This record gives sequence, structure tokens and C-alpha cells, in this order.
Amino acid sequence: MSLGLLADADVVARCREGDQQAWNELVSRFSRYVYAITSRVYRLGDHDAEDVFQEVFARTYERIGELRDDEAIRPWIATLTRRLCVDRLRADSREQPMDEPIDPGESDNAIEMLDEALAVHEGLKALPEHCGEILDRFFARDESYRTIGEALDLPPGTIASRISRCLGKLKGQLEGRKPRFQPSGDRTETSIA
Amino acid sequence: MITKGQYDEESLGKLLGALPPAPEGWVAAAQELPRARLEMDDIVARAEADAEFRAAAMKDLEGALEAAGYDIAPAHLPVLRERLSA
Repeated sequence: MSLGLLADADVVARCREGDQQAWNELVSRFSRYVYAITSRVYRLGDHDAEDVFQEVFARTYERIGELRDDEAIRPWIATLTRRLCVDRLRADSREQPMDEPIDPGESDNAIEMLDEALAVHEGLKALPEHCGEILDRFFARDESYRTIGEALDLPPGTIASRISRCLGKLKGQLEGRKPRFQPSGDRTETSIA
Repeated sequence: MITKGQYDEESLGKLLGALPPAPEGWVAAAQELPRARLEMDDIVARAEADAEFRAAAMKDLEGALEAAGYDIAPAHLPVLRERLSA
């Protein structure tokens, strides 16, 4: 089975055994999520966002053996990322006061939306043909029909209809699926040493 | 507001757009962590055993690493500096 199709808990278990491919998968699986929390929720600048991004994965690597529940890796990473972002903002505000402090309720809602977005992204993996890649390129990478057509060797005139068709397939796949995630907005569920 | 479990094209598009890819270099550096950790252990051990290498590394870390044939991603240098200074 491809590592991309493994459950989070299985990827974590393989990482603990020192499997480099599993670590690559874990980083790949959560990189967008961590990036979005740093850059979109807490609106860190590129330099701070990169520092926090690397710190999140460094601590994850160091502490993966201490995780009490392998299935809790996503909320664990969310909590860690939030904490490091808040620390960074506090440190920066000592040097330069922030214009508009981040409201914790607002960040809870934003991260809950990212949890849902992550579940939807995971749904892309199960779509047939080029569907996952077309949707990712159009919506997440903001590529034009022309760029997508050139990259996938498809006529640009067919991209719009493919996007619509692929969205339909994604919708069908997601609806009725049991929710996998508890929202990360609940800060009581996961502790970080 | 997106209601969980109920999707239309607009809400799906919004959710897909909420997770743009992280810069490739950031992802690659994080994926390199296990190898980088091993290499950093080696560098720290060498610095402890070789005063000349340690002095060169404290003066110009990137230059000393390059001269000694190490290949550490820039993202890991702050951690290495910390470990060498400890």
C-alpha cells in the first residue's frame, strides 16, 4: 500500500521505527496545515513562519516516541504550531507592538476550518484520473486553465468542465463519510510536554 | 460559513484553497531532519575532538562545514550553532 493511503497512526508508528519514507510522508501530509496556521491564521512573516515551520517538525521528530495516542498526531501538531506562533508573536511584540492582536476565538475557528480543509485534501487522493491534481492545481496552487492544461497535457478548453466534474466526484466521496477528525480548536484534548 | 459534511462547489473550492503548498525548500529541509540530525551529531562530536575544527566552525560555520565536506541545509544551521555553543 502507498504510504499516502496509510492512516495517520500507521505513518506515526513507522516514523517511530526510523522509516525515512514514513517521515517524508508525515512532513508532506502536514506541511500545508502547519504552513497555513503560521501564515494565514497567525499571519507570521516569511522568516518567522519558516522558523516556526522547522521548529514544529523538529519537535515532532524529537517527541514522536512520547506521543500517547498515534491518532492524535494532527491535533498535537496543531497545538504545537499554535503555541510556537503565539510565542513568536509575543517575542516580536516586545520589540515592536502588534497592530492587531490575534483573537484566540478567531484562531480556533480558523484552525477548525483548516481541519476540515485537510480532510477534504485527503479526499483528493482517492479520486480517479487527474482529478486530485487538477483540483489542487486550480484551487490550492491558483494555476490557470492554460498552465494546468500544459502540465497535464490536456486541452485548456476542457479544464473548466473537468474541474466541475471532479468537484462532483469529490463531493460524492466526502458526503456520507464519517468525520475523521475532532476539531483542533478544543485545547483540552492534547497535551504537549 | 461551511457546514461540516455538506459541500457545494463553492465550499469545496474554498476548503481546497485554504491549504496552499508550503514552499518546497521548507518541506525538503523538514524531510531531511533525520539525516541532518545524524550529520549534526557527527559534527558536534568532531568539534569536541578537534579544537582546530571547532575554532573554524565557531568563526565561520558554513565555511568550515563546506571545507570539511558536510552538507547541512541552511534551515538547520541555527540548531547546529546552538549545539556547538553549548
